[in-house]
This record gives sequence, C-alpha cells and structure tokens, in this order.
Amino acid sequence: MLDTKHIKSNFPILKTKSNGYSLVYLDNASTTQKPKAVIESISNFYRKDNANVHRGVYSLSEQATAKYEEAKEKVVRFIGAKDAKEIIFTKNATEGLNLLAFSLGKTFLKKGDVVLVSGGEHHSNLVPWQLASQIFGFTVEAVKMTVEGRWDLGDFQNKIKTLPVKIVSVAHASNSSGVIHPVEKIVPWIREKKALLILDGAQSVPHMPVSVARLGCDFLVFSGHKMLGPTGIGVVWGKKDLLLQMEPYQGGGGMIREVHLTESTWADVPERFEAGTPPIAEAVALGVAVDYLSAIGMGAVFEHEKQLTEYALGEIQKISGVEIYGPMDMISRGGIISFGIRGVHPHDIATICDTFGIAIRAGHHCSQSMMGVWKTEATARVSFYIYNTEKDVDELIKAIGKVKRVFQIKN
Amino acid sequence: MDLYHQNIIDHYKTPSNYGEMKGYSLVRAEYNPTCGDRLVLYMKLDENRVVDVSFTGSGCAISMAAASMLTEVIKGKTIEEVLDISKEGILEMLCTSINAGRLKCALLAWTGVREMLKP
Ligand SMILES: Cc1ncc(COP(=O)(O)O)c(C=O)c1O
Repeated sequence: MLDTKHIKSNFPILKTKSNGYSLVYLDNASTTQKPKAVIESISNFYRKDNANVHRGVYSLSEQATAKYEEAKEKVVRFIGAKDAKEIIFTKNATEGLNLLAFSLGKTFLKKGDVVLVSGGEHHSNLVPWQLASQIFGFTVEAVKMTVEGRWDLGDFQNKIKTLPVKIVSVAHASNSSGVIHPVEKIVPWIREKKALLILDGAQSVPHMPVSVARLGCDFLVFSGHKMLGPTGIGVVWGKKDLLLQMEPYQGGGGMIREVHLTESTWADVPERFEAGTPPIAEAVALGVAVDYLSAIGMGAVFEHEKQLTEYALGEIQKISGVEIYGPMDMISRGGIISFGIRGVHPHDIATICDTFGIAIRAGHHCSQSMMGVWKTEATARVSFYIYNTEKDVDELIKAIGKVKRVFQIKN
Repeated sequence: MDLYHQNIIDHYKTPSNYGEMKGYSLVRAEYNPTCGDRLVLYMKLDENRVVDVSFTGSGCAISMAAASMLTEVIKGKTIEEVLDISKEGILEMLCTSINAGRLKCALLAWTGVREMLKP
C-alpha cells in the first residue's frame, strides 16, 4: 500500500476536525481533497505569473501562456496522448460533455441518428444529449445494465448492430457501482459501425492508468477537482482530425480567426473550443496535481484503492442487514462501494456517520437510472483515494454499527 | 445522538396515520429530490376543520417522523390553526437539532400540508 502517513501530511484539511473527530473523508468520487502543492500553486500563480493568456505581447503574458500550455503538456502525457493541441480546458467534465453533445450534434448528427449511452450514466452524460437531441433531432438510446451495474454486452452489441448509432458516449468507470467497464469489448463493434466513442473518464482518470491510445476512444472527458486539482477546470481530449471538423460550442474572444459583423471564421484547435479567458490558475494547478499523481504512479494509486476496497467489502459483508449494490467481488471494479442498511434510509446513515467526522455520500449520485436498476431511491456510498487507510474503513464499520444501534436493527 | 432520539425512531418505525385514505377531500404528493423522500398526503375536511389526515410514502427517518407527528398534531384543527404552525413549530415538535442539509426532510410534510390548505 502507499505511504499514507506521508501522503496525509501533504493534505492540510486532513488534519482538521469534523464534529470533534478527526476528519475521515470518504467522498472522493464527489471531489477529492487537495495537497499543499496544489493549493500553493494557485497563490503562487497569482503572486508571480498572473496575466491573460494568448493576448499580451508583454513578457508576463507570455509567462502565463507558457504555464498554461505546460499544463496541457502534462495532461496530455498523463492520458497517453502526444499532441497538447488535442487538449481543451473546460470548467468540469459536465461542461466537456455539453461541449461534445452540442458540437458533435451540430457537426455530425441529423434526424434519425442515434447516440448510444448506457443505463448507468451520470446525469452529466445523459442530460446534455437529451438537450442537444431536441435541437438536432437525433435520438438517445440506452444500453441495459445488469444488477451489478455492468453493461449488458449482448444488448450493447445488438443496439450498435441494429440501430443507426453514430456516437457511443459512456462512462469508463461508474460513480455509483464502482464498475470499470470493458471498453475493449465495445471498441471493435463501434469501429465496424464507423461510430465515434466518447469516454466519460471522471471516475477512471483520477484512479487508474488511462491511455487513450490503448483504449482506442475518440474523446475522453474528465474533471480536475476529482484528481487533486482545483474546482473550475475540466478536460476534453479529442482526436485532432475530428476536432478540426467540429463546430464551436460557445462563441467569444479567443476562438475566432476573423470576425465580421454577421459571420466569423473559427480559430484552430483547441482555441476554437476555449471561448473567453480560460481558468488559467486552475489549469496550472491541475498540472501540479498531475505531477503529484505521476510521482506516486497511477498503477500504485489503483493498487492502493483496490486493497482498501477489498478490505472494506470484506468488513461490510460481515455486518448483517447491510446490502451492497454493485459487484461484491474485485473483478473490474474501482474504489467505490454503494451500500444500504435494511430499514434505514441512506441519508440517515450519512448523517450519523457525519456525527463521527466521517464524510460519506448518500443519494442517487446523479444516476437515477442506476437507482432504478437497483430499485431504490438512494444508496450510501464510500469512495477511496490515496490518503485513505484501513483505519478509515474501521471507523466507517464502527459508525455503521452505531447506525444499527440507533435504529434498533437487530441483525 | 441528538438528532435520532427515541421518539423520532419510534415514529419512523411505526408511523401514526399511515395509509391511503378513501373519500378524501384533498390529496397532494411531495417529493424531496435531494433525499428522494416521497410523500402523499390525504385530508378530509368538514367545513374548515381537518377531520382526518393520513400519509403514505417512503424516505429518511426525519421526513417520515415529521409527517407522522404533524398528522397527529393537525387532526381536528381548523385550517387557520394548521396554517399558524410555523417552521420553528415543526422543529420544536421534532425536538431535535437539524442541520441545513436535512431541513428539507424535516419540513417536507409541513410544506405539503400548507400547500393543500393555503387560501
Ligand atoms: C461518472 C461521472 N461523470 C461526470 C461527472 C460530472 O463531474 P463534474 O460535476 O465535475 O462536472 C461525475 C461527477 O460526479 C461523474 O462521477
């Protein structure tokens, strides 16, 4: 496992108390905590490097631009691509998916075409397609999910074969079940169909080695704040030949080649997709977060979470009356566990955990379709990261015991 | 454990006035999207008096206990008396400290009842 003692010492917030207890932060799928290096990089940027990018001819602006571009270089290497011009910075994964839905919709889709998602998507990979479909006339179809939260591969293949699918947009890893989906299985079907593949990497890029070259996707989207970076920065990676064909998503400064009063022509990529002043300090800080993760190694990050998850699954299953949603085993899954206690609402579980300083999530996790598969309104969810320890799991287990006592759940 | 004292757990486990009502005068569904709490409230009125009230639904202990207690409180009261019950009154009734994140749960039934009886 990782040297969590050392890692923890890099995260100021983990030294704070919550309701009188040492904070046990187990809501990393929502957002992660930030190491000192990331926090300080933001203030350092404003102290030493701040100017707008791509605009000024003066040195300070060139310096800020260089830092911004350097962040793209770091990010592109981190996801196994080469050309930093294929990196678009957005506000978050949600904005990235909106960008793709509207730009791809306008450029490539017409009435009758199908965009295929899965029945387990985060709302941010569903609602943008619904909105864009109302404008561009395409249809959104969803692949069936198994009770474990895995793709029904038979249904997946069948839908790609029989429907006029132009785009497949799916999560690489699920934020509700923790499943890591078998992208390699669907890529050949998508290629044969000459469709495009978008991966929502919001829950994979922060937690495991991800290489777009190896995955064979056309686009990858993720959020900086879920991988030690600040809020306000997200990433879209796309193949350059596709980006070059695509219409812009938002208009404004920085994304144009020539502007006339009634029409304009578009800048090259990625500038075409970065209208207005981008989140510069946030981009720089994301670069620092990438450095931090790279120094640990994403293989080691994945292994650490895997061991914790295996331990937690074992401990949780020892408690009677607790049910786990999603896989019970370690096959193709990451560090997320959704669970419930029979007779107790997940919000009450989370509230009682909170009184012991344990932060867990309760709700539908922005995936009501997955809740539908599980026939529940909500689950409690724990999600691990590099600073979590077996002791954190032990605290959680104790709190679950307390929940059962408060609610007088006998067994 | 302040929030989940015995009275709340009791109301949650064996709620009063739980069940559908036949021949109701008013019915209303309430939904709390953050928790997924769902309530259906039924009321029978005689002139301006709530002669019977019941609810069905599912949700967290706070929302269910609040619905159970509130139905006990308002049964037999006039519309004006029911509308006089304030937010603070609900918190007093629950006899517990509720953080901002859970306030919606505590007030779900109260919100529904007010919507039903508002002039
Ligand atoms: C799978 C998945 N996709 C997309 C998102 C959206 O991320 P953001 O809210 O940062 O845009 C999330 C966040 O929870 C997620 O888990």
